Amino acid sequence: MSEEKIYSFPKSIREVTTHYCAGCGHGIVHKLIAQIMDELGIQEKTLMIAPVGCSVLAYNYIKADGLEAAHGRAPAVSTGLKRVQKDKVVICYQGDGDLLAIGTAESVHAANRGEHITVIFINNAIYGMTGGQMAPTTMEGQVTKTTPYGRDPKQVGWPIRACELLNTLEAPYYIERCAVYDVKHINQTKKAIKKAIQNQIDGKGYSFVEILSMCPTNWGVEPQKAADWVRDVMEPYYPIKCFRDGGEKTK
Amino acid sequence: MSEKILMKGNEAIGEAAILAGCRHYFAYPITPQNEIPAYMAKRLPQVGGTFLQAESELAAVSMVMGASAGGARVMTSSSSPGISLKQEGISYMSGAQLPAVIVNMMRGGPGLGNIAGAQGDYFQATRGGGNGDYHVLVIAPGNVQELADYTVKAFELADKYRIVCMILGDGYLGQMSEPLILPEAVKELPAKDWALTGAKGRDPHIIASLRLADGALVGHVYDLYKNYAEIEKNEVIYDTQNLEDADYMLVAYGTSSRVCKKAIRVLRAEGIKVGLFRPVTLWPFPKKEIAEAAKKVKKILTVEMSMGQMVQDVQINAGKYCDVDFYGEPGGMLPVVEKIVQRVKSYV
Ligand SMILES: Cc1ncc(C[n+]2csc(CCOP(=O)(O)OP(=O)(O)O)c2C)c(N)n1
Ligand code: SF4
Ligand SMILES: [Mg+2]
Repeated sequence: MSEEKIYSFPKSIREVTTHYCAGCGHGIVHKLIAQIMDELGIQEKTLMIAPVGCSVLAYNYIKADGLEAAHGRAPAVSTGLKRVQKDKVVICYQGDGDLLAIGTAESVHAANRGEHITVIFINNAIYGMTGGQMAPTTMEGQVTKTTPYGRDPKQVGWPIRACELLNTLEAPYYIERCAVYDVKHINQTKKAIKKAIQNQIDGKGYSFVEILSMCPTNWGVEPQKAADWVRDVMEPYYPIKCFRDGGEKTK
Repeated sequence: MSEKILMKGNEAIGEAAILAGCRHYFAYPITPQNEIPAYMAKRLPQVGGTFLQAESELAAVSMVMGASAGGARVMTSSSSPGISLKQEGISYMSGAQLPAVIVNMMRGGPGLGNIAGAQGDYFQATRGGGNGDYHVLVIAPGNVQELADYTVKAFELADKYRIVCMILGDGYLGQMSEPLILPEAVKELPAKDWALTGAKGRDPHIIASLRLADGALVGHVYDLYKNYAEIEKNEVIYDTQNLEDADYMLVAYGTSSRVCKKAIRVLRAEGIKVGLFRPVTLWPFPKKEIAEAAKKVKKILTVEMSMGQMVQDVQINAGKYCDVDFYGEPGGMLPVVEKIVQRVKSYV
């Protein structure tokens, strides 16, 4: 029997030591993006926009041209870059604070314009980089540095559902929510990201993939418990589903 | 195109930008510069360019940052409150060494202030404005012809030094119509081998202001300041009038300098020898030049449409050679010729 190589380090990722914590969702999603870049052969035409958040150094891992955006402005920076480099693949990578708090306006309007970009949204229900403060996606009752008694929706509002919010707009082409808490869901996430990038290559318009993700460090739990928490607490509130495909809302 | 045509200041900026090769413009409306976005919305599609009305100045300047990283000549314009929001992007672009042209047609402040022309943003423009150690190259045109000419120049300098270049005008200058000769169209744009074009046959380019490694930011800021030193050495622009025999020197930029020119005519008619020193680049400030000029006069009167901002640079650089006095009008008011005349007469 001849040997067949079925797994290797993606070409589109740099072989450097990761700064992400054990069990963090960012690293998993980075790997998926790199694998997809390899599979679609787009490493030489990918432009990676890094947000401000734990993934601020995304361009140190993804082996492609990289650009930093100010906190929350990644969709606007992506807009400007894509309008100049029309034939390139612009990946706009963002966390929940970035996308839904400080950058809500930029997110909504880039989606509303149907910018030809692919937004990868890491929802970990917390501000990872700054040490665990409340995010717009922090769950009701969730204890964080700035909600020491648990998030009280009467005081600070309810967790925001990004996919549902963007799905009210006319322009988006593709909106899907995924998760990376187990292998099955990681595989689904890969499919979704691949579709979102293929849409851009095909000139279809704005694609958005939300990924429910773990931040064991700032949730103060072990990696496996963090994965379970996504499944048991986040997923019921943030249903995993495709909201829009081919520009049509799904039933 | 050497024919004289009549144009509004704000529109002259727009056409000059297009002549300079700018095909991307992102902005959010604000008075008194709304003729610029209106002009760009009409003209850019005619030349295959992109006009986009952004959702805010924060977004507009971020779009500028993205387009600049993609290698394009790109511009945004606004007025004072909007420029405050753009400081975020200006600081990021300065850190990432991305060229761009930012137009500020100043209005009265602080806050919402009013919509009349003013010069209250001098500190913000020349001291950095956003967070961190950096400079923006600031050019202050004095008439519609200069608005056009210096807009082209701003694109050249921005690319040459990979710096943010600001055209600092005001509401009066933007709204006035004057005859001008449009600048020549720029035929060849400079190559940008640092731009984000896809890592094909080369290592990936990374454009960022973040420098986390030990000592990396220190080295980076020193590099920025080496670049600034070159600009200070090579790119100072200023103008003088009637200084040869002057006993008294008015110092003013932009619209204020136009009022000063009128005052000089009145004073000269009465036999009082007065001249004008007009900084055109506000950063780099014409330090040596104003010091030399100061040595030859008895007294300086700085005239501004503010409570006194540029006067600090005048004092720092010329103050040891002669007395520096100040006359300013805040709140969107023009300086009054008669007040300048009376003040200078009081020195005699
Ligand atoms: C203008 C500005 N405000 C605040 C910060 C501090 N800051 C850095 S990252 C961050 C939150 C990031 O959270 P999120 O977007 O959820 O990303 P994560 O780290 O969780 O992946 C904040 C508030 C900043 N860098 N800039
Ligand atoms: S703090 Fe949280 S989001 Fe940041 S790297 Fe660690 S686990 Fe990931
Ligand atoms: Mg987060």
